[in-house]
Amino acid sequence: MSFWFWHGLRKGVQSTRYPARAENTPGVSPGRPVNTDFSSAEEARRAAAICPTDAIIAHGKSTYINHGKCVHCQLCLRSLPSPMNWEPGYEWTRLPSNRAESLPLPSAFAKSMHIMVVDAGDCGACLRELKQLNNPLYNMHRLGFFLTATPRAADLLLVVGPVSENMRGPLLKTWEAMPTSRKVMAVGACAISGGVFGKSFMCACGVSSVLPVDFEVPGNPPPPLAILHGLLVVAGRKSVGPVQESPKGDTAPWR
Amino acid sequence: MAASSSPIAGDSTVVMIDLIAALEERFGSEIAKGLANSGFVITISLSRPQVLPALCKFLFWERGCQFGGIIAEEQSTLWEMHYAFLMADLGWINVELSVPLETTTLPSIVKDVHAADWHEREIEDLFGIRFENHPRLGDFVLHDQIWHEGIDPMRKGFSASRPQLERKEDLEWQPLLVVEDPGSFAMPVGPVYEGGIGESLHFLLETVGEDVIRAVPRLFYNYRAVEKVAEGRTLGNALLLAERFAATSAFAHSLAFCLAVEKIAAVDVPPRAMALRVLLAELERLRHHAGAITAICDSTALSVSSAQASIIEENLLRASCAFTGHRYLFGLNTPGGLSCDFGSVQCKALLVAVDKAESDLRILEKRLRLSSSFLDRLEDVGVVTGESARDLNLVGPIGRASAQHCDLRKACPYSGYGRYAFEAPSETEGDGYARLRVLFSEAAQSAILIHQVLESLKEGPVRAFFEVSHAGAALGWVEAPRGAALHWLRVNENGVVERYRAITPSFNNWLGFHVAAEDFAFQDFPIILATFGLSATECDR
Repeated sequence: MSFWFWHGLRKGVQSTRYPARAENTPGVSPGRPVNTDFSSAEEARRAAAICPTDAIIAHGKSTYINHGKCVHCQLCLRSLPSPMNWEPGYEWTRLPSNRAESLPLPSAFAKSMHIMVVDAGDCGACLRELKQLNNPLYNMHRLGFFLTATPRAADLLLVVGPVSENMRGPLLKTWEAMPTSRKVMAVGACAISGGVFGKSFMCACGVSSVLPVDFEVPGNPPPPLAILHGLLVVAGRKSVGPVQESPKGDTAPWR
Repeated sequence: MAASSSPIAGDSTVVMIDLIAALEERFGSEIAKGLANSGFVITISLSRPQVLPALCKFLFWERGCQFGGIIAEEQSTLWEMHYAFLMADLGWINVELSVPLETTTLPSIVKDVHAADWHEREIEDLFGIRFENHPRLGDFVLHDQIWHEGIDPMRKGFSASRPQLERKEDLEWQPLLVVEDPGSFAMPVGPVYEGGIGESLHFLLETVGEDVIRAVPRLFYNYRAVEKVAEGRTLGNALLLAERFAATSAFAHSLAFCLAVEKIAAVDVPPRAMALRVLLAELERLRHHAGAITAICDSTALSVSSAQASIIEENLLRASCAFTGHRYLFGLNTPGGLSCDFGSVQCKALLVAVDKAESDLRILEKRLRLSSSFLDRLEDVGVVTGESARDLNLVGPIGRASAQHCDLRKACPYSGYGRYAFEAPSETEGDGYARLRVLFSEAAQSAILIHQVLESLKEGPVRAFFEVSHAGAALGWVEAPRGAALHWLRVNENGVVERYRAITPSFNNWLGFHVAAEDFAFQDFPIILATFGLSATECDR
């Protein structure tokens, strides 16, 4: 069975150079809609009206997008006469609306961070993308990020899914069992805002209604590189993405 | 095993006449036969509930029908129960039972059709209808240690947005029966587990040391009440739910939903959209199977193979994204067709990626077949006999690895599958290795289908625009990557969803998991789990 050894060697190093260099292979990220200036207020209103999760807000001729709600249905790209602008990229990690500044883990964790993943009602996409981080193309181990079997040894609680009622208890127990230097990261639109599931008797509308969240990675699902960027932010090796400009006079909780 | 299904295979009229004659002879005035509608070829209405078990037994065992599922609907004054059966060479049969809304008990069909076990448990838990003589009711979807008895969330009177105030304290779950013997113990696993990335589900492994006697799965940690929150939503909004409750087979489920809508509105989908839907569904199957193969390689700790398989999966994800704009094919299906079209340059690029994946998988399979330590861990592990598979109605690659041949793409073709030449591979051993082989052969067939679609692709529109302007209900079905999926949809005249029911392959197959997980060595547990390749979230909805 030595052929496995040779087979592996022959394939060479396939890992991405990210974060040292940007990764631009087609298909690593679906991109996302961004704030757009339209030629008329009517067009902006139309863009806001088409969004099924109210992620787009029209303000004059401009639209603003809350990525925490965007479920990537692409209606604002395909079903509008004048579509929203779409940006490539994946460095999307941001702070929750109640956090003013980024508080990463102490520098001792920068190159050795242990991650506890909890599926709190996820549809499987975010988990699948997390699994990809372990494959040779992303290989998060090279950056010192490890999955751990026990919350006692975990530094970061990574939660996916909108928090289903049946998972609320296990999620809280996991959090309580972690040492208090812990950070919580909500991954995916469902974990941030409840996504398409909304608030119901079975869904808690996101992790922040149950636990204090430190970082958010928007996307539905966020591609592996977006999650990797999030991990780098928690480890203090990358900074959070630029804060999106919010519409003036809008008092609704933004971000 | 089942008796042979029909005297002359292949002719639906003959099968239908034969079935009607047999029904007439056996049940006479007890039943009324209705015309084809809502996606069913025939509706059999029962005069009284007591006939139900005998009729279901007749269809399942004597006529060799496959059991589809039970759909319960609360109408204004009636309970309407639909029991869906699939008859070879004919199509879906609807056994319909209407009883007054005051009815609290119905006869159970579990004694004859074991596959209906979880369907009845779910209906009891969510609607509050009891099934007489069902061996085990209660504590299923709504976990008893959290929820009080008497909450029936799927009833029309229950508001989905109402916050649950009467939540019980979160206590430890104890099953009714555990092994009691000196030295024996029960080991709980989950719902947060695996030391890695696993879906939320709980197992109780009952063991006397090295050997595990039983593995009892406990599901529905991911229950998000998709069927309930879909009620009252517009079709476009409900489609988002159908697409996103199980993302690893998002395209298949959204397709089944759209097929149901198109049946209600009696709209014809343009031929190009039908062909592209086949292409995308097969792309999803190919990617899903690459992922399932990765999981199997991973479970045996043969790391080079699992690394290579995961590269294939990631490359297919990237190809999907470059082709459609989404790695998991979200946002493509829309009632009436597809939301976007693809140019010939894009199609060529996709074909290159698919061919690469197909040849990589072939190389991987060849190497795995030569790895004796890998095969030792899969062969004779987690065996499901053909008899059990038929009894419990296992679907998809798992069923086909145990000599069940049903594949909806062939049994009742949808979206123009009938036009393509492909095989539905099956094996007879029913062990982990057979399931792996089925995955490999199906992935190869998907690549063949993608080729055929692109070779015969004609220009034209990809979407028929329409509004649903009348009330109606219909069944949409697809062969999802994990097996047969049924989506039942009822809308009112404004195009608002009144009832949505998704019967998923994982829900069907989790019922049969315990058969494979009986009397096995402890270290085989991850392998049995991986070769089943089931999704908890697809089951939970």
